[in-house]
Amino acid sequence: MKPKLKKQPPLAPRKRRPVKLWQLRLYVMDQTARSVAAFTNLKKICETHLKGRYRITVIDLVKHPQLAKGDQILAIPTVVRKLPHPVRTIIGTLSETEHVLVGLDLRVGA
Amino acid sequence: MCSGGLCKKVPYMKSKRTKSPSAATPLPKCPTGIQGLDEITSGGLPRGRPTLVCGSAGCGKTLLAAEFLVRGAVQFDEPGVLMAFEETEKELVANVASLGFDLAGLVKKKKIVVDYVHIERSEVQETGEYDLEGLFVRLGYAIDSIGAKRVVLDTLEVLFASLPNEAMLRAELRRLFRWLKEKGVTAVITAERGRESLTRHGLEEYVSDCVILLDHRVEDQIATRHLRVVKYRGALHGTNEFPFLIGEEGISVLPITSLALNHEVSTERIATGIPRLDAMLGGRGFFRGSSILLTGTSGTGKTIIAANFAQAAARRGERVLFFSFEESPNQIIRNMHSIGLRLEPLVKRGLLRFHSQRPSLYGLEMHLATMFKEVAAFKPQVVIVDPITSLMDLGTSSEGKGMVTRLIDYLKAVQVTSLFSSLTPGGQAPQQSEAIMSSLMDAWLLLQDFEGNGERNRVLYVLKARGMAHSNQVREFLISDHGIDVVDAYIGASGVLTGSARAAQNALEKAALLTNQQEAARLEREVERKRAALERQISGLRSEYETEALELRRIAEQVGTSTLMLTNERAASGRLRQADANVAAGTRSKSRQGRKTQ
Repeated sequence: MKPKLKKQPPLAPRKRRPVKLWQLRLYVMDQTARSVAAFTNLKKICETHLKGRYRITVIDLVKHPQLAKGDQILAIPTVVRKLPHPVRTIIGTLSETEHVLVGLDLRVGA
Repeated sequence: MCSGGLCKKVPYMKSKRTKSPSAATPLPKCPTGIQGLDEITSGGLPRGRPTLVCGSAGCGKTLLAAEFLVRGAVQFDEPGVLMAFEETEKELVANVASLGFDLAGLVKKKKIVVDYVHIERSEVQETGEYDLEGLFVRLGYAIDSIGAKRVVLDTLEVLFASLPNEAMLRAELRRLFRWLKEKGVTAVITAERGRESLTRHGLEEYVSDCVILLDHRVEDQIATRHLRVVKYRGALHGTNEFPFLIGEEGISVLPITSLALNHEVSTERIATGIPRLDAMLGGRGFFRGSSILLTGTSGTGKTIIAANFAQAAARRGERVLFFSFEESPNQIIRNMHSIGLRLEPLVKRGLLRFHSQRPSLYGLEMHLATMFKEVAAFKPQVVIVDPITSLMDLGTSSEGKGMVTRLIDYLKAVQVTSLFSSLTPGGQAPQQSEAIMSSLMDAWLLLQDFEGNGERNRVLYVLKARGMAHSNQVREFLISDHGIDVVDAYIGASGVLTGSARAAQNALEKAALLTNQQEAARLEREVERKRAALERQISGLRSEYETEALELRRIAEQVGTSTLMLTNERAASGRLRQADANVAAGTRSKSRQGRKTQ
């Protein structure tokens, strides 16, 4: 999982609109209340807006601290949208859905 | 104090750490290895605690922090983590490479980990609660991966710009510093200088063990960096502002006050290259390792005396470093050639090295650093600075004095004899302008111009020479094709005479001598003449006497003769009256007999 996640071949930029698969990473530390809340919120939003075309990878930094550097993680929890490009970052428990949609750039499509 | 995992990885560190009992010793220190900083802080930064380094832009915070890490890794075998918030690893490597630090190599050798933390506010959407566990994880991972003892966070305050939730950030920073202490790492945190507080975001609130303030000031168009230890909990430290410079070998802080006066001293004497000058200095010249000041107005021959000194030293086989701030090496060599000093062969033999620089090239501190470096590289026995005044003009007088103090201290510490020429502005008492320097100098030669009779003449005298009997006389010195000639100046009732006046006085004295000799001879002749006259008189008198005596004798003879004749005449007439005469004769005889019988 680790080496695959580190390098993602970029998608062809000319076909931006029809994105096949959204790749999201959720960085957490252990199973804290915040982590759980963030995951739940993310899952809910994705189910609503990206049903069937998303994949969430949860990365627990307690187990893999070396992965924090790659995506410039400072805050926990953090969601990184690896695909589609460009990379977007949202920090927090994702409690405000509007903000998350702005952050993931989902409002245009919605 | 030290987490178990770290110490296991670096066992020698543990033994070092446990050696110092934390209760008895005041505070364990972590040497920075930065020249001068350890002296000011008497040992280094507080070990196992965070230190705040604050200052405005461009004053060298990052370099100080980076040097702390690099020297830790290289000199003290303490690996370090550099968490950079502003510069990427590549940029950092390039930046510190200019100071001669091989950051990339140290990273490769796992002595240093550089973690570039980048967070762009525009790219980050914030929603809901969060904390900075990610930062902790990264830092913790970096520390554990190489067993780091030192951590640098440069510049943490960037986070205030990137993360909008300040309350959270402050809570997390507080936690971070506590966490660093628990980790037992010695941390350096850099921060921007604030307008009214030490740092822009009040980091000093969290880091309270040691605060170092850096400052970059421009005075008279020359910028100087200063360092001050604002706070050092639980330890004595130098409280002054110390100038520091960033040279090719990193930062060097120059603590003026911390240099102790405990140089080795030598009783060896070294000749000046001018025999008469040596004679004025107790016959044997200056002490080795002393500092000599040579002052004079322009054109009094300072450089010539300095060059003489340099030549004499180089001919003895000593290395001489000649800092020239006014003339190029070739110019000096040419000019000195005209008075018979051949410096070029000495330069070729590597005994004499010139270092010429315009004083305005850079600031005082940089000059000082360059000079230190040159001295360290060339290892001379004699250093000449010609003239020191053009350097001192670069800063304020206290800075200038500070610089000279440091230079002299440094040179004395390495037993280098130093000669500083100093240009005195005309129309000023020569003692006045160098008053600030004089107390630092062991010997002071004063060169002066005497103007009069339509000419200027050079004189020199020894104003002071610590620890040796020296001449109190003013000497005139002449510069000719074959060098310097020190002659006695005429000192008499009318003051000091030099040049043609001295020559005139000499002639005058010669004439007076001649007159005296002539007078003596004349008197001698007079005596002789008088004696001769006396003799003549005596002989005249004698002859007169003799004539007179002869005459008198003749008269006496005549008188004698006439008496005889008279007697004879009486006898003849008596005989004519014989009877009477017999009777008379008979009665006289009878009466005589009668008286006899009675």
